[in-house]
Amino acid sequence: MRTLIALLCLVALPAHADLTVLACEPEWAALAKEIGGDKVNVTSATTALQDPHRIEARPSLIARARNADLMVCTGAQLEIGWAPLLQSQSGNAKIQAGQPGYFEAAGVVSLLERPTSVDRAQGDVHPAGNPHLHLNPRNIERVAGALIERMGAIDAREAPNYRSRGEAFLKRWRDATVRWEKEGAPLKGMGVVTYHKNLTYLFAWLGMRELGTLEPKPGLPPSTAHLTGLLEQLQREPAKAVVRAAYNEPRAAEWLAERAHIPVVVLPFTVGGTDQAKDLFTLYDDSLARLLALLK
Amino acid sequence: MPSSANSGGEVAPAPRGFSLGESELVISSNIDPYFRGQLVASFTPDNQLEVEEAFFQTLALGRGFTLKGGRFLSSVGYQNQIHQHAWDFQDAPLAYKAFLGGRLNDDGLQLKWLAPTELLVELGAEVGRGRNFPGSDANRNGAGLWALYGHVGGDLGESTAWRSGLSYLRASASDRGFDDHDAGGNPVTGAFSGRSALWIADAIVKWAPRGDATVTNLKLQGEYFRRSESGDLTLNSRPADYTSRQSGWYAQMVYQFMPRWRVGYRYDRLGYGSVSAGSFTSADASILLTAHNPTRGSLMMDWSPTEFSRVRVQLARDNSRAGVTDNQVLVQYIFSLGAHGAHTF
Repeated sequence: MRTLIALLCLVALPAHADLTVLACEPEWAALAKEIGGDKVNVTSATTALQDPHRIEARPSLIARARNADLMVCTGAQLEIGWAPLLQSQSGNAKIQAGQPGYFEAAGVVSLLERPTSVDRAQGDVHPAGNPHLHLNPRNIERVAGALIERMGAIDAREAPNYRSRGEAFLKRWRDATVRWEKEGAPLKGMGVVTYHKNLTYLFAWLGMRELGTLEPKPGLPPSTAHLTGLLEQLQREPAKAVVRAAYNEPRAAEWLAERAHIPVVVLPFTVGGTDQAKDLFTLYDDSLARLLALLK
Repeated sequence: MPSSANSGGEVAPAPRGFSLGESELVISSNIDPYFRGQLVASFTPDNQLEVEEAFFQTLALGRGFTLKGGRFLSSVGYQNQIHQHAWDFQDAPLAYKAFLGGRLNDDGLQLKWLAPTELLVELGAEVGRGRNFPGSDANRNGAGLWALYGHVGGDLGESTAWRSGLSYLRASASDRGFDDHDAGGNPVTGAFSGRSALWIADAIVKWAPRGDATVTNLKLQGEYFRRSESGDLTLNSRPADYTSRQSGWYAQMVYQFMPRWRVGYRYDRLGYGSVSAGSFTSADASILLTAHNPTRGSLMMDWSPTEFSRVRVQLARDNSRAGVTDNQVLVQYIFSLGAHGAHTF
């Protein structure tokens, strides 16, 4: 009898599954996790050691897209090679473009480097602007605000929870941002060479100067001719370091750094890129620490 | 040769000397919140326009269902869904030429369903006119071709992704014509009417260090075909009962050993199997009825300065015709203009 009642109770309770979130990149998975805590089931389609431009719509991603309630991507055509394919192959009405279950971070942020003309002769240029927007904490703040609203709209039952966790996160984030800006002040004006234009937001926020890229044009691998030209340029105006993201290949950076007698700095770029960058806070802590080490 | 004579067009190798391949025009976009559409038109070098794909696809059915309708590349097998500009070799595998006439793009409907599992489990059913090989165009209500398929796929760790599948295809042919020749070299006009059933088993594995394909990556794929046909055959209007049980497979490996450079090898083999055509012998129809197992080995190297341009050199040793070895050298370019293409797996 008791077993029967217990079973009936189980049947009577409306089942509430966790909100399933598929993030296109690890930074958005980390953000969704901050807002949702253990009420959300979050996975990231890519890792910090993968170039998001090169991802294919492989079976495990299609399966995850099929099961997702919310897909959180950067947008600005960063995932144009694969995210639309996940949407159309998934059989999931919730994550289609224009639906609440599809969220683009680039929609709530002003992008840097909008090109005046879009021509593939200029390399792989994103028409809406530079999409690697997560490395300015002010952008994370704006995206977080919008994502809290969106998660609450999709999962009304947990909306108060997302709001309170989200507000707590934003308070800590704003305090951390003030601290980082203070700590990062000595970096202002420092000139560096980067691999690709994927650290632009970080340098713009810190007031650092990008003196050149190892790629001759965005998306083209570094060539000896271009690196030699960069080397000559650095004789005239030296850089403090060669900076690359953890997923960029190391050899070109090491080649230039050796000949220019400057160090290579590897930044995590996103959550999981280094052992220290375990979440959004430590991502910034670690990135700043690695850059500040140049001043010692 | 397993009915490669009996296969309807586009199965010969590229012409000698300079030649233009197909130019494909692709228009793809969301139609409205409920549907997405795609048009793929091929401009052939002999100034013909072919509609390779023109289909709609639902966006809003949900629960893992998608309905596709119109003319589209069938989802049977693996390679069939890949457009020619994305192939790793200039030509289709012999098994595709022999059993699907190059590639199958029928007019009809496809309903597919993705299971709510972590592993990708995709089940699909297609029904169509059967206007091309292995069917044939006919004036009838109902379907000339139907297919069922299942694909399963997932990840093995961070570096490896795989997919495998099983498909079954059934077509009715009615006066499916083909050209052959007899022992004296005289042309023979053949036609087959009856039933064609095809099984395809496919598998592909892709590896890249930490799942990042930028510097190096490896792709291994293979498909195995098994076909049985039965019905009536006519050779120059003389009839016979026809049954055949034939098979074929290919396996290929492509390795990107440094950024922009890839090398690949493919081996094709078709098994003549058993063919019976009444009292006809290979003297009556040399291509159809000579017991010969076509094989071919192809080696290629391509250079892709960006994902929008590619130049390829391909060498092949083609033993698909009985008693003849054709050595082929081919240089090919492939360029994409306009909107960014999709990275299909």
